[in-house]
Amino acid sequence: MTLQLTSYDQSLLGGEQGSAAASAMKILVAFAEAIGAEALLDITQAHVDGCLYHGEVSLDFVERLVQGGGRVRVPTTLNVGALDLIHPEIMRIGTSREAPARRLMEAHEALGCHPSFTCAPYQTLFRPSFGEQIAWGESNAIVFANSVIGARTNRYGDFIDLCCALTGRAPAWGLHLDENRSGRLLFRLSNFPDSSIASDSLYVAVGLIVGERSDERIPVIEGLPPPRDEDQLKAFGAAAASTGSVGLFHAVGVTPEAPSLAAAFAGGTPDETIVVRPADIDDALRRLSTVPEGAPIAAVCLGTPHFSRREWDRLLRLLDATKARRCVPIYVNTGRATLQGLEQDGLLRDIDRFNLIPVVDTCTYITAILERLDGAVMTNSGKWAHYAPGNIGVEVAFGDLDDCLASAAAGRVTRLRR
Amino acid sequence: MMRLGRFLVAGEASGSALVLAEPLSFWGGVDVGTGAIIDKSHPDLGRNIAGRILVMPCGRGSSSSSSVLAEAIRRGVGPLAIVMARPDPILTVGSIVARSLYDLCCPIVVATIEGVATDDEVKITALESAAQIDVAGSGHNQP
Repeated sequence: MTLQLTSYDQSLLGGEQGSAAASAMKILVAFAEAIGAEALLDITQAHVDGCLYHGEVSLDFVERLVQGGGRVRVPTTLNVGALDLIHPEIMRIGTSREAPARRLMEAHEALGCHPSFTCAPYQTLFRPSFGEQIAWGESNAIVFANSVIGARTNRYGDFIDLCCALTGRAPAWGLHLDENRSGRLLFRLSNFPDSSIASDSLYVAVGLIVGERSDERIPVIEGLPPPRDEDQLKAFGAAAASTGSVGLFHAVGVTPEAPSLAAAFAGGTPDETIVVRPADIDDALRRLSTVPEGAPIAAVCLGTPHFSRREWDRLLRLLDATKARRCVPIYVNTGRATLQGLEQDGLLRDIDRFNLIPVVDTCTYITAILERLDGAVMTNSGKWAHYAPGNIGVEVAFGDLDDCLASAAAGRVTRLRR
Repeated sequence: MMRLGRFLVAGEASGSALVLAEPLSFWGGVDVGTGAIIDKSHPDLGRNIAGRILVMPCGRGSSSSSSVLAEAIRRGVGPLAIVMARPDPILTVGSIVARSLYDLCCPIVVATIEGVATDDEVKITALESAAQIDVAGSGHNQP
């Protein structure tokens, strides 16, 4: 089994399309050989997660491609960087860390990448369609594209996503191929009272459990209630890709490749069945918070992954219903295009009244933005709650959106339904 | 003792083994300034991978581990080579990029890791089509 290259692949490799394309192709070929792919395939678009600075190697890699005249060959979106380029005044990062972070974001733009700087490229004009072959980085974007949309990508990341973008090619292996997309492991939701199942936190909790238990196997979830909107599936996938390495899930009757249980397993049977009960949900959510009910909070963080327009509309409605200024700031991470739409529609004129701070191009759990760290941070994101204590050293409390708003008003962790 | 495996990244290396009981995520798990293992939940916390033949069951975690491995190699605190029981695409990318950018070689080999102990002298020859791993037992936990 050896890698077969087309004449187009050979021309890239031989430098006929420039030195940057050649070096990207060399890396892609070395990678494809290592993983045992037999061919490369065309991709229609890429999402590159290379804008976070991990040391000089990050800049060396991208700037060499810029110097070699590199240009992306397919429409390419960019994941978040370490800076909010639209609101630099909210950054609390020193110049020594700001300069390379900015250079890295700009170098990606110089390659022709679209400056979306969002972890939710599926909310942009670049959203792919069912069956499209794409090369995406960023764990939540990957699981969303594969599972909710039915596009096809492997779990790409550092360096390789950009090599795919510069060549328009990806190794034909793994989740790109139909035969590798069927379920292996079954999670069955059992004994849930009808009243409890519509909450956002249910999707987060099941996602956390699925991530913890799936290992490398593709999970199928039976009994997941029809979601209110795709944001609940976004939260599910982001949680599953935080506690584990889930790149594709099937929710029976919900996601496009799982109209039935049999379809999700492509006629096969699960290796293992795991029953999820209400007590497991409570346990998963309890483990997500590091502080108890009533603990003082210094901020609320929403929008990990980036807040959609639909989530903004819901948030603004809930805030309007109460009018009062919140006691602690509410940070909302979102895409710059989403923010622009809200501004054009005049919806952000009096957000100061609510102590609401939009953050774009980055996220509050990976960089220095939060003004106060003298209390816990409340969030409705399983992903934020999972990573923030390690990344930025904060205590965290998880709750539904209305819990977060009640907590912001009270200045302490307040849950409305327990 | 000689064993055969296959390579994900070709090259030659020899040095003393550091055998990890559990998979290591480089991102959040390795200090790129020193090569020290800093993952508080890892049983080998405090050990150092710099200049060792790193032996472990497999890689783990975020794709940012590619960058962390490449940066550690660039700074001269990466492992001399990595031997794993199961292949890991993320570490493979890190090593390929370090070679591409800096011409620094950290071979990555897939082979059985049973019977290799920390401080054993290991020689890796991964060139043509297969990888040969020679282990001379000077380690402490020799079976």
